[in-house]
Amino acid sequence: MSEPHVESTEWEDESVRHRVDEPIATGPLLEAPVHTPDPGSLLEVDNVTLRFGGVVALDQVQFSLRQGEIFGLIGPNGAGKTTCFNAMTGVYRPTSGEIRFKGRVVSGLKKHEITRMGIARTFQNIRLFPEMTALENVMVGADAHHRTSVVGALVRGPRHRREEQQGRDFSRELLDFVGIGQRAGEVSRNLSYGEQRRLEIARALATRPTLLCLDEPAAGFTPAEKESLLALIRTIRDNGVTVLLIEHDMRLVMGVTDRMVVLEFGKKIAEGTPAEVRDDPKVIAAYLGVPADAA
Amino acid sequence: MTAVEKEQAVQAPPERRPGGGLRGRFGRLPWPARTAIIVGCVVLAYGLPYVGYVPMIGPQIVTQGIDWSSALFSISYFVLLALGLNVVVGYAGLLDLGYVGFFAVGAYTVALLTSPDSVLKTHWAWLAAVPVAIVIALLSGLLLGWPTLRLRGDYLAIVTLGFAEIIRIFAESKPELRGDRGFGGIPHPPGKNGDGTALFGVRDARPYFWLGLTIIILVILAVRNLDRSRVGRSWLAIREDEEAAAIMGVRTVKFKLWAFAIGACVGGLGGVMFAGYQGFMNSSTFQLQFSILVLAGVVMGGSGNIPGAILGGALISYIPDRLRGISDPLLNTDLFQWRFLIFGVTIILIMILRPQGIVPSRRRAMELKDRAGEVAPQ
Repeated sequence: MSEPHVESTEWEDESVRHRVDEPIATGPLLEAPVHTPDPGSLLEVDNVTLRFGGVVALDQVQFSLRQGEIFGLIGPNGAGKTTCFNAMTGVYRPTSGEIRFKGRVVSGLKKHEITRMGIARTFQNIRLFPEMTALENVMVGADAHHRTSVVGALVRGPRHRREEQQGRDFSRELLDFVGIGQRAGEVSRNLSYGEQRRLEIARALATRPTLLCLDEPAAGFTPAEKESLLALIRTIRDNGVTVLLIEHDMRLVMGVTDRMVVLEFGKKIAEGTPAEVRDDPKVIAAYLGVPADAA
Repeated sequence: MTAVEKEQAVQAPPERRPGGGLRGRFGRLPWPARTAIIVGCVVLAYGLPYVGYVPMIGPQIVTQGIDWSSALFSISYFVLLALGLNVVVGYAGLLDLGYVGFFAVGAYTVALLTSPDSVLKTHWAWLAAVPVAIVIALLSGLLLGWPTLRLRGDYLAIVTLGFAEIIRIFAESKPELRGDRGFGGIPHPPGKNGDGTALFGVRDARPYFWLGLTIIILVILAVRNLDRSRVGRSWLAIREDEEAAAIMGVRTVKFKLWAFAIGACVGGLGGVMFAGYQGFMNSSTFQLQFSILVLAGVVMGGSGNIPGAILGGALISYIPDRLRGISDPLLNTDLFQWRFLIFGVTIILIMILRPQGIVPSRRRAMELKDRAGEVAPQ
């Protein structure tokens, strides 16, 4: 970004527009923001701002996801995509604004409560439990809905046995589903990079999410691996899970998403179908950089 | 797909791959053989007081300076403490330097409820005081854990260290807890021999050892069940990546608290046994070194696995006791005087030769290998 000046005026215009919208959008009687009258919206990111000291990581970001779509969250490095994920999954709490999932405010809930509500995620830098086997990793996710108490586990009660069996079967199914079933007994640190990425998806799916957030799941993949991952993502969606996909590789995300939001420097600069976003001059500018006189 | 094929398909991915070594070979044995080995070990353990009668090896094993049965009893409560601390440190990864605090809570509860010196004057029987002591130890674990488990690593270690010191100083300065004067006349466990004499007397320590061994076996079964359940998985997940665990739905605070509470329970149980055996206890029993010693045992044996904790706990008690009554050739003093030197050198040697502990847990061994790579020059 050699000449940020022109672009920054554009963002200010955008944020002003949001501020004007604000009283309508967050009126006490209106649960859904005005700009998304869609009753099928699953997740609403409503005017979310997140500051770290003086740094504004997210600046009045606003978008919403519909049930059953694959939604892309894209932008150059450092645009705030992962920060947005972290706000959704309870790692950070928004400075202002709200994130609503199935109509309930998520901000301020504990991380495990958010998971139980149905949001699951993977991590950009893989965060498996490295010394546990692939199967055990997935079973941790499956435990999210289990109710065996410590005493129940101590005496190996009937619920413990039932849930243990169910969790094990379900986890094996998921490992097969993501294509690493034959590696179930391997300690996860010994899995290849691609297998670890797939294991993270299986572990997230084990929490039985309604919304699966994938944080750059194809990073470091070969084109062939990317292709098979996209097929997997589509299958996940076809099984009824809404998918939110972070990616900075535009080409990858164009092929799979139904709609997308583009972030740059913490602000939303575009929203729409891949075709709409692709032709948006602001998006082109953000990705390619535009000389001041051309903008 | 035929039933047989289905069966094969289900069994195809091996759940755990036992590696080489003793543990791997044991894991691959058919279950009757494994059961037989375990039963054999248990029988041998109960027979330990008679090991001195075994020709050749026996006399080398038994302690010289103190009664072998008493030494065995002290091994049994150190093993028990190591098992409890292993849940906190080995499984959940919470560094607890004040474990003696829970041991003290268990022992003091028994003393207060049973001893004639107690202000309560309840004069309970030992057995009646046991459940109360366990519950109070558990509550003290929750009480300490609730505010402190938000801390991690070094900070938690310092707070737990403080906890143990608070308990000790409280016991020293509070008149009702009698400080150095301590409590006498704490009753022994109940039971009679065939001839009408008390089973748990002053002369013979063997029944205490057998009681301790039985408690140890029960604790092992309990801990093993927990380890192989969602509880054990949650502990491991917390140890490996607490935030990722929380995001995968693990209730981290709850399970850390449970680890603390279970550790406290077992520690309290150790105190209960100690009080019932000694019949007397005072505040000087609960020194800081005690916590450090048990922790050294857990780490030395191999933190995060049950056989390691047992071995480590046994060694920290056995090595010093074995040194008693042997005179060294140089100064002609009792080798027991040199126990800290010898003990320290032993620990250093083990840490150099086998940093993952004598019986390493599969996971811990790999963690250490990994860290060695981080430290080594590229």
